[in-house]
Amino acid sequence: MEVPASPTLAGAPHLHEGSTTAAMMWTVTLCLAPSGLWGIWQFGLPALAVLAVSIAAALLGELGMGLILKRPALQDGSAFLTGVLVGYMMPPTVPLYVPLAASLFAMVVVKWSFGGLGSNWMNPALAGVAFALLSWSAAMGSWAAPLAWHTVVAGSAATPVASPVAFFASGLRNLTGAAAGPIGLLAQGHYPVSPVSQSVAQWLGAHAGVSIDPHYLDLLIGFVPGSIGEISPPLLVLGAIFLFRRRIISWHVPVTYLGAFLILIWAFGGLPLRGALFQGDPLFHLLAGGVLLGAFYLATDPVTAPHSPGGMIVYGVGAGALTFLFRDYGSLPAAMPFGIILMNIVVPAIDRVARSRRLRMRAGG
Amino acid sequence: MSGRISLRERGVALPDRKRLAMESPIRNAILPTIATVPLAQHLGSPAQCVVKVGERVREGMLIGKPQGIISAAVHSPIPGVVTAIHEVDLAQGSCAQAVVISLEGEFDRLRRNRSVASSDRSEAEILALIEEMGVVGLGGAGFPTHVKLRPPKGVAIEFLLVNGVECEPYLAGDFRLMVERPREIVEGIRIAAKLLKPRAILVGIQDLYAEAIDAMGAACGESGLPIEVVAIPSRYPLGDERQLVKALVGREIAAGLLPLAEGVAVVSVGTLVAIHEAVAFEKPLFERVVTVSGGAIREPANLKVRIGTPIGALLAECGGLKETPERVVVGGPFTGSAVYDLGTPVTKSTTAVLALSADEVRAGRRTPCISCGRCTSVCPAGLDPARLFKLVERGLQVNAGREGLLDCNECGCCSYVCPAHLPLVETLRVGKRLTRESGVA
Repeated sequence: MEVPASPTLAGAPHLHEGSTTAAMMWTVTLCLAPSGLWGIWQFGLPALAVLAVSIAAALLGELGMGLILKRPALQDGSAFLTGVLVGYMMPPTVPLYVPLAASLFAMVVVKWSFGGLGSNWMNPALAGVAFALLSWSAAMGSWAAPLAWHTVVAGSAATPVASPVAFFASGLRNLTGAAAGPIGLLAQGHYPVSPVSQSVAQWLGAHAGVSIDPHYLDLLIGFVPGSIGEISPPLLVLGAIFLFRRRIISWHVPVTYLGAFLILIWAFGGLPLRGALFQGDPLFHLLAGGVLLGAFYLATDPVTAPHSPGGMIVYGVGAGALTFLFRDYGSLPAAMPFGIILMNIVVPAIDRVARSRRLRMRAGG
Repeated sequence: MSGRISLRERGVALPDRKRLAMESPIRNAILPTIATVPLAQHLGSPAQCVVKVGERVREGMLIGKPQGIISAAVHSPIPGVVTAIHEVDLAQGSCAQAVVISLEGEFDRLRRNRSVASSDRSEAEILALIEEMGVVGLGGAGFPTHVKLRPPKGVAIEFLLVNGVECEPYLAGDFRLMVERPREIVEGIRIAAKLLKPRAILVGIQDLYAEAIDAMGAACGESGLPIEVVAIPSRYPLGDERQLVKALVGREIAAGLLPLAEGVAVVSVGTLVAIHEAVAFEKPLFERVVTVSGGAIREPANLKVRIGTPIGALLAECGGLKETPERVVVGGPFTGSAVYDLGTPVTKSTTAVLALSADEVRAGRRTPCISCGRCTSVCPAGLDPARLFKLVERGLQVNAGREGLLDCNECGCCSYVCPAHLPLVETLRVGKRLTRESGVA
């Protein structure tokens, strides 16, 4: 009878579910793909070039460090994912040396100098983008009009294009009187609206009796300027649903992150606009500025998030609160990356507290 | 900790690999021409050999007598001549003296057809018979049954739990016993209940085993005994003794304690059949049901096998291998042992012989831990396996011990789900041994 030539004598269990780290990483990348394709469609070839550079640089950084440190690299899909995430947080027309530097910084300094996959204490993609935001803030704050605006902005080239949150931030700085929320600021500043949303809003008003500002529709669909991979809320949510179902992410971080952020926006978001308490606009801030990308794909990074469900909740609330602070009171152009990255720093402390609580409970019976 | 995990979330749901052998009725395996019968097939001290090389033995004759408090008798599975007594490797990796018997002569087991109702025997007589017939737990651990059915003084048994969960994938022997021989199981329960006098008797069967639940329900109903049959979610490791106690009685058994100390006795359905046969027919435990299955086996089956039969003979009897197996495993895939020698003998604890294909084993290259938390979410003991793994790897068993290392039941769920393919339970097992050996626990 045929017998194994060299049977493996590994210990039990002798079965495996079949999951691999690489499969997890590629699944996340796949779930992110629709949102990136949307960005490429809206912003064209420059967006594609930025993504290509950020991914290539991340792979190069990983390969280089793997060779230098004689460790296996490029086999788990994590470098590709980091490259994708760095590119997704870049404006489409940013000079190509910015994604190059950001991805290399992410891989070499943030990931590999701490020991590679699993050992870094900051999310590499977020750290790379934070590095770019601090080093090239002007380039990181110049935006391109989406394809959907083509007919609107072409005629008025004098109007510089800004992302909704950038426009909101400059509106805050130059505020003269009270404004009717962020959407009011956009309307006051004659912020462009895509013809599609314009006519949908008109149709809704005429036929369904629903009055909705077309700016909301632009934000909801993804017809706004912004970073390449962050402008399409439906596609980001679609990918996230898939990740939930595959149990790659759990509810703890996204729900608490978004919950804390939106409640704080609702409660205090009206104040900087010289409004009253509880007059903030959670919908605007949910749809603009990449918080969905952060909530589902960055804050949930298992390496840099706490390990216990309790810790995840503390972390999510903290990151959400910081994102709110930076969004409404910050001087930096981006709130989400800094909100999450600052909480990355506290994760070891959160984990230690969670562990000692757990041990006390064990000891107590 | 684990008290907060509901049954439906404990452990792991498994792909259904039981179907391979579930429909195959138990049939007698071909008798081995040479039986290698180890003298240590149970927990506790090995039996003491009472035969000599060249001696003629009869089927069911005592060849090893128990020595010490926790030990069990060993009998000859076949008639024949003792050709050798030497050390053999057991599936679990240990060595034991074994009596090698070459098949010869006639099957003339005495008193084979006599049947005595358990009600006609005194409790002392019953216990003596169970001990004399070498009955041990057939669920895999091999705990001597006469010890289990004689609880320590001062302990009143509240619950008698019958384990028909059989939660490991592939295994179907207990399922077949419940479907084919429910009345004999119930007779076994009657005997165990007579000895233990429990307040309540519960039978736990996994809900995938609908046919067994019906058969056992009917047999229990006819028996006049107050037995309740309970369906348990089909998840691994809910058939583990501690998990079953938790599922049926809602009680947590502290690490290091036996359920017996808490007034709960757990007996598997296979053991109950052996108890019945020992008491009613004075039949020694020299054969057992073994599931032969796995993706590399041509015709998976449930065989009634004489102890000492080489596992290779069972594979051959089930149509042989259709491909080169990645691993040959004795026991369930989660707790069994991979073996290198198809001459390894079947013992009283052999629940299954599996030839697993590479598709099933799915061994993967080890990658770094990314703290995904899957291991923690499936650990039925409520531990953080990845954390314990890192501590043990760094030689910090003492710290690991403080974080619950010794509460690990070695069920293997953590390694099963780990996307980084870390040897989690494998390492914790070593850590537990080191901790026990250094005595810092």
